[in-house]
Amino acid sequence: MADNKFAAYICSGCGIGDVLDVKALEKVAQKEGKMAVVKNHAFLCNSEGVQMIRDDIANDGVTHICIAACSRRAKAEAFSFPEVALSRANLREGVMWVVAQGSDHDEVRQEMAEDYVRMGCAEVKKMKVPAGSPTKAESKRILVVGGGMSGMTAAVAAAETGYDVVLVEKTGALGGYAAKMMKRVPFVGSYAEAQPTGAAELAAKVMANSRITVHLNSTLAETAGSPGRFTAKIAQESGAVVEEAAGAIIQATGFTPYDLNKLPELGGGQANVVDQTGLEAFARAANGGAIKRADGKEVKSVVFVQCAGQRGAGGNGSGKHLEYCSGHCCGTSIKQAMYFKDQNPDIDTVVMYQDLRVPGMGEDFYRSAQQKGVIFTKSKVNGVTGGNSCKVSARDLILDEDVTVDADLVVLATGQVPNAGVNLDEWTAINTVAEGGDEAAKQQRSELESTSVLKLKYRQGPDMPQFKYGFADSHFICFPYETRRTGIYAAGPVRRPMDMYQAQEDATGAALKAIQAVENASAGRAAHPRAWDLSFPQARLEGCTQCKRCTVECPFGAIDEDERRFPVFNESRCRRCGTCMGACPVRVISFENYSVDTVGSQVKAVNVPDEFEEKPRVLILACENDAYPALDMAGVQRLTYSAFVRAIPVRCLGSVNTIWITDALNSGYDGIILMGCKKGDDYQCHFVKGSEMAHYRMSKIGDTLKQMSLEPERVVTHEVAITDHAVVAKIINEYVAQLEALGPSPMKGFG
Amino acid sequence: MSQAYKNDFLKEVEANVEDGHMVKMCMQCGVCAGSCPLGPHWEHSPQKIFMMIRAGKREEVLKSDSMWMCTSCYNCIVRCPRKLPITHIMHGLANYSHRLGLAPDKQPTREIAKLFWNNIVKTGRVNELTFSLAMYFKDGFGQGVKNAMAMQGIGLGLVKAKRLNPMEILGGHSCKDKSGIQKMVAKAREIEDRRRGLAK
Repeated sequence: MADNKFAAYICSGCGIGDVLDVKALEKVAQKEGKMAVVKNHAFLCNSEGVQMIRDDIANDGVTHICIAACSRRAKAEAFSFPEVALSRANLREGVMWVVAQGSDHDEVRQEMAEDYVRMGCAEVKKMKVPAGSPTKAESKRILVVGGGMSGMTAAVAAAETGYDVVLVEKTGALGGYAAKMMKRVPFVGSYAEAQPTGAAELAAKVMANSRITVHLNSTLAETAGSPGRFTAKIAQESGAVVEEAAGAIIQATGFTPYDLNKLPELGGGQANVVDQTGLEAFARAANGGAIKRADGKEVKSVVFVQCAGQRGAGGNGSGKHLEYCSGHCCGTSIKQAMYFKDQNPDIDTVVMYQDLRVPGMGEDFYRSAQQKGVIFTKSKVNGVTGGNSCKVSARDLILDEDVTVDADLVVLATGQVPNAGVNLDEWTAINTVAEGGDEAAKQQRSELESTSVLKLKYRQGPDMPQFKYGFADSHFICFPYETRRTGIYAAGPVRRPMDMYQAQEDATGAALKAIQAVENASAGRAAHPRAWDLSFPQARLEGCTQCKRCTVECPFGAIDEDERRFPVFNESRCRRCGTCMGACPVRVISFENYSVDTVGSQVKAVNVPDEFEEKPRVLILACENDAYPALDMAGVQRLTYSAFVRAIPVRCLGSVNTIWITDALNSGYDGIILMGCKKGDDYQCHFVKGSEMAHYRMSKIGDTLKQMSLEPERVVTHEVAITDHAVVAKIINEYVAQLEALGPSPMKGFG
Repeated sequence: MSQAYKNDFLKEVEANVEDGHMVKMCMQCGVCAGSCPLGPHWEHSPQKIFMMIRAGKREEVLKSDSMWMCTSCYNCIVRCPRKLPITHIMHGLANYSHRLGLAPDKQPTREIAKLFWNNIVKTGRVNELTFSLAMYFKDGFGQGVKNAMAMQGIGLGLVKAKRLNPMEILGGHSCKDKSGIQKMVAKAREIEDRRRGLAK
């Protein structure tokens, strides 16, 4: 430690030198920040300024640097010194651009800047240069589960990019659902005609690719490990089990059509009432000729019933049938109606829809079907009876009358049910009982686990978490293929309803994410979204009380427990959000460059004026993904906010340890604002649960405040999106006004 | 077996109605219905008419008063996102129902159209005086006198301003080749009837 040398560099460019007293800032860095080297530069981010820093590192032995210039989000390339620990004091976006102009504000502006310099110096002293995860990847292969259109596309995409692929397919042939289809909805060209599926060609491409190992008639018997080091036991038809190593996994297990027999009210199970899969079989049998139904009679009239058992068909929220729209069925029915019209334009072909949803270029396809004479009618179908002459009774919503239509064949457009494996909520409930020693629950658990797709040996359960409606996990707002199981990606209709085109696009994206994951794992870096990050969580186990909060609260299942219930970190599953650090009541978890100390020392470094100065101090803990950029943007837009706030970026609001709150209040801060991402079902948190966790923890902090005889308003939590620059300025100004009304914190002067 | 939503009537319309092949392209958005200045007065909006054609409601459509309500303002054509020539289709439907003898008998638009046509083919020019008088007297002699009396101020004004020649009542002037025009119209009708299969 004796070799540590601390340096502060203060930039006076971009006008900083005009509005701030840089000499005074230097003095702060020297006297209070205890920096051995303090320099200022008129243009720190230019080659000359950067060279000055490089020279100090190379010749002067500088190991820790605080750069007081612009936001840490700006000039990251120029100020990239991976060999040293680095902190940034945000004088430009955080002070100069947001504090009101004019000499009236000179004093508070200078105080704010000096505090940021103090904070930057305090932070860097507690930082270490991250060394990277010690457990490096062993395999860069990509395991694809499912040999349908999505799986095959992902396999080919990865193989053609230069990665070895292991593809596991449950059935005896590649192709999945696409292989059962006659044609597909067009995805190129004029969008007027259905196109060949291309499934057979893609399957041949997979089989011919020397980088792809295909296991047919096989399922996963067990999957263990973490990114870069997965081992999959593959159970083959013969009973043999093959073990394959992989660096990342793509789950492309697709969907199953909703069971027709669950729709007796729409004739499900009766003669000559089929689903779209059934019609594809007839069309393939006819092979361009007259389409015949099961009894061999040529179909002269056909009715397509859209949204069959979908979109809350059993009544909204009834839980009967599917609550959602499967997205592809309108296009599919249009395509299937064309099978008839192309063969014989005299066939009566009616599509009964409530809302015809044809995303993308589907509108052209719809128009083409109309051109061919398919009759579309906006009708709500009330009942179907099968038989030799099927009857569809419906309400025509345009003509506003009840109608009965006769048809030789009725096709129900049923929805997609994801093949996502075990529902973890169900599993967890059973597992909790089973762990108590209950034999019946153990039996139930093993039965449930037999339906698992991935058969993960994770303490969090055998599959990835599911959304409502049972779709596989996906960070659907920002990072669609990301799941809460690092290195395992969901692609295709298993993660949300979609058509073949979307599934193929999905598969390509997931393949790229899998490649990113294996590359990061092999370099010891974090997986998305902190893909550059070499730090990883370290626990001082001698202080651990085995409370299990970190293992339970980790959104990614990265932390296991050993037999003594101590946490065991799987670094490569970790996303470096720090939710474990925020959870730990005894504060033994830290990262080399981000810890309870790095933030805590910043909180304490701020110079808190006493109650007679009428200068309140407000601490902002802002999520660096959305809230901190919003604060920066407020600066870029020259929106002004109070100079009494001091903002500290945190990796995720989930990493906020309550000790920071306590420390801040003890030091005499008047209020604290926590800014994180949107939580709930449509969360925007990069780490899925971090923001929710923080809100939950802060809801419990009221008791502590009461013990300290403080008003609950002293700590507030806000959801902020990255676009909310105007909102953050408003939040700050209103809060500061509220605090001024509330009066100074009674804790001042005791800290 | 019910004929609901069968192709037959749609095909009949396609074969016989001007621009009838576009009826199937309607996507039922309702913009035409919302754009029509006479919308509230129609029994069926264009959107509904198109749906009725597709639903196979032959009698209801052809006997309907609705397409006779079109004033050719072309608002619907301008706004239709599917570019349906709605105005033309309405006139086409009206014409077809008239030719079939299914159009509502006392429909005023139909009556004025008939009078206008009969007037113009006689001489090749519209005789405004006889046309107006025919209009007044279409509902009988007594009503005709009442109508004429009610309009006499305007009529005399027109005469004074030399906009109306009372002598036109004697037949009026015609175009140069009256019989040529009549022959041309007869031939055109013959061709159209043959095409539509309406020939005797």
